[in-house]
Amino acid sequence: MSPLSETRMAYGAALAELGAANPNVVVLDADLYNSTRTVVFRDAFPNRFFDMGISEADMASTAAGLAAGGLIPFINSFAIFVTSICYLPVRTQIAYPNLPVKLAGSSAGLTQGPDGASHQSLEDIGLMRLLPNMVVICPADANETRQAVFVAAAHPGPVYLRLGRYPVPDLFGPDYKFQIGKAATLREGSDVTLFATGHMTCKAVEAAEILAQAGIQARVINLSTIKPLDEAAVLQAAHETPLLVSIEEHNIIGGLGGAIAECVSSKAGMPALLRLGVRDQFGESATAEEMLVLHRLTGPQIAEDVRKALKK
Amino acid sequence: MAITEEQLHDLEQIAAQMRLQIVRMMGSKKVHHFGGSLSATDLIAALYFYKMRYDALNPAWPERDRFILSKGHSVPAQYVALALKGVFPVAELATLKRLGSRLQGHPAMQHTPGLEGCTGALGEGLSFSNGLALAGRVRGLDYRVYCIMGDGELQEGQVWEAAMTTSRRGLSNVTAIIDRNRLKSMDEAESAKCMEPLCERWQTFGWVVREIDGHDLREICAALDWANEPRSEPAMIIAHTIKGKGVSFMEGQAKYHNAAISDEQLQQALGELSPKSGREAQPSILGEKG
Repeated sequence: MSPLSETRMAYGAALAELGAANPNVVVLDADLYNSTRTVVFRDAFPNRFFDMGISEADMASTAAGLAAGGLIPFINSFAIFVTSICYLPVRTQIAYPNLPVKLAGSSAGLTQGPDGASHQSLEDIGLMRLLPNMVVICPADANETRQAVFVAAAHPGPVYLRLGRYPVPDLFGPDYKFQIGKAATLREGSDVTLFATGHMTCKAVEAAEILAQAGIQARVINLSTIKPLDEAAVLQAAHETPLLVSIEEHNIIGGLGGAIAECVSSKAGMPALLRLGVRDQFGESATAEEMLVLHRLTGPQIAEDVRKALKK
Repeated sequence: MAITEEQLHDLEQIAAQMRLQIVRMMGSKKVHHFGGSLSATDLIAALYFYKMRYDALNPAWPERDRFILSKGHSVPAQYVALALKGVFPVAELATLKRLGSRLQGHPAMQHTPGLEGCTGALGEGLSFSNGLALAGRVRGLDYRVYCIMGDGELQEGQVWEAAMTTSRRGLSNVTAIIDRNRLKSMDEAESAKCMEPLCERWQTFGWVVREIDGHDLREICAALDWANEPRSEPAMIIAHTIKGKGVSFMEGQAKYHNAAISDEQLQQALGELSPKSGREAQPSILGEKG
C-alpha cells in the first residue's frame, strides 16, 4: 500500500501552487491556518492572504465582496464552521449571485476525532447540497484533492471542498483526471455497487477486497462530486447490480446516501439502497479510528453489513 | 471641493423627485418598505448625484465607486436613483417585485444593472464592502466603497465583526453611513438592545465618526467630502433621519416600515411630495431617462 496522506495537506500544497499560477486567487482563514494548511499560501503570498480572525460569517461576506471585485477567494475553516456559521452569507451573498467563492471545509466528518460533536461536521454535505449553484466535492486522496483545487478555481461559481485530517492511501494513478460531476470506477463487479466519497472510498476498496474473498464481486465507485451527482453512473450501476450501498462519514440523511436515493427513486424497478454512515446522531470525543468502528465504517464492518444485506 | 449652491439646488430637487418616484412605484394596496426607503433617500441621492465616481452608461466600469445598501429592504430608493441616472428605464420602476421583474424586493446583483451585491439579510453589507475594498487594493484600483446600514441592523453581530476588519485592515477607502431613523420594523431600535453611545462605539472600534442631519443635503455632502480626506482610519457618518421622511402620516411611524397604504393615503402622499410649483423640476445633472 502507498504511504498515507491527509487531504488537507494536499490541499495546502495545491493552494500555494495555484496561487503561483493565478494572481487572482486570494485566501481567507478564520484563525486556523495551521490546521487548514493555508499557512503554506500565507507564507508564499502574504499580500493575498487574510486572517479574518474568529469571525467566519464576516469571512464569507468579505469573500463575496472580493469575488464581486474580480478575485477568486478561497475561504477556510473547519468544515462545521465554514458551512454552518457562514450559511446565510454563503447562501445569499455567494450562491444566490453565483459568485466564484470556494469554501474549504477542513477536518470534516467523524475522523475529526477528539474534539467531539461540536467540531465533527456530519451535516455539511447536506447543507451545501441544498444551495442552488453550489458544487460539492469530497476528494478521496491527495491526487484528487490537488486536481479539485485547480478545477474549483477554474469553475465560474461557488464550490464546497470537503477535506480531512485522516490519513488515506493514494487511490488514483498519475493518469487520473478529476472532473466535476464525473464518477470514477475503482473496481468492477456485478453483485453489489459500493458508492463512497472522501475518506470512505479507501474503506470501500478494502471492503470490496474482503467481499471478493467470499466470492462477492463488488463494484466500487468514487463519487467525489456529490453535487452535481453523476446520475448516469449511479443509474447504470443500479441497472447492473442488485444492491446499492452508499458509504460516507456524514449523516445518512441529506448527504451522499440521500443524493443517491433521490436519483434512483425517480425510476421504477431500482434495487435496494443500503445507506451506511452516521444514523442521525451527533458525534463524540474519541480517536478517528474509534469513531469509524463505532459507526461501522471500517472495511471489515462494511463488508459484513453488505453480506448481511445480500444474505450471503 | 465643497458643493456649490447650484449643485445643492439641483440635488434637493433630485431628492424630492426620488421621493415622489418611490411612492409612485410602490402605489397603494401593496405592501412595500416605505419608511426606510424614504429615510435613506437624501443619503442615496447625495451618493449617486454628488459624490460617487460613476458612469451610468458603463455600470461595469472597473474603477467606479461602489455603493452597497446593506439595509437592502430600502432598495426602492436605490432603484429610483439608478433609473434617474439612466442605468435602466424609469418606466421599469413600475415592475417592482412583480413576477419576472429585474427589480426584486431585496437587492440581487445578478438581476439588476447597477447593483453591486446581494443584501437584505441584515448585517452582511459592511463585510461585503470590506471585500470590495480589499479587491481594489489587491488589483491596484483606487475606487471607494460606500455602505449604508440601518441603525436597527447594528443589532446583528456580524456588523461589529466587519467594523473590526475595516479598521484592522486600514480600509480608509470604505465610508459607512448609518441611517439612524431610530426605528426597526416593529418599534424603537432601543427597545430591544442598547444602541448608545453609538458614536463612541464606532470610535472605539477604530473609526472616525461624524454625526449629521441625514436630510440636510449640504451637511450630507460636506460629510461625504470629509470622509474622503486622506487618513488611515475608515470613516463613519451617523445620519440622523426620520423614517418615512416627506410623507406626514408616515414620519416617525414604525408601522410604515413595510405596509400597504390606501388610495386616499397615496393621493395625500403624492400631493405632499409633488413640486409646489406644479411642474416637475428637471435638474441639469440628471442623466438620460429611458
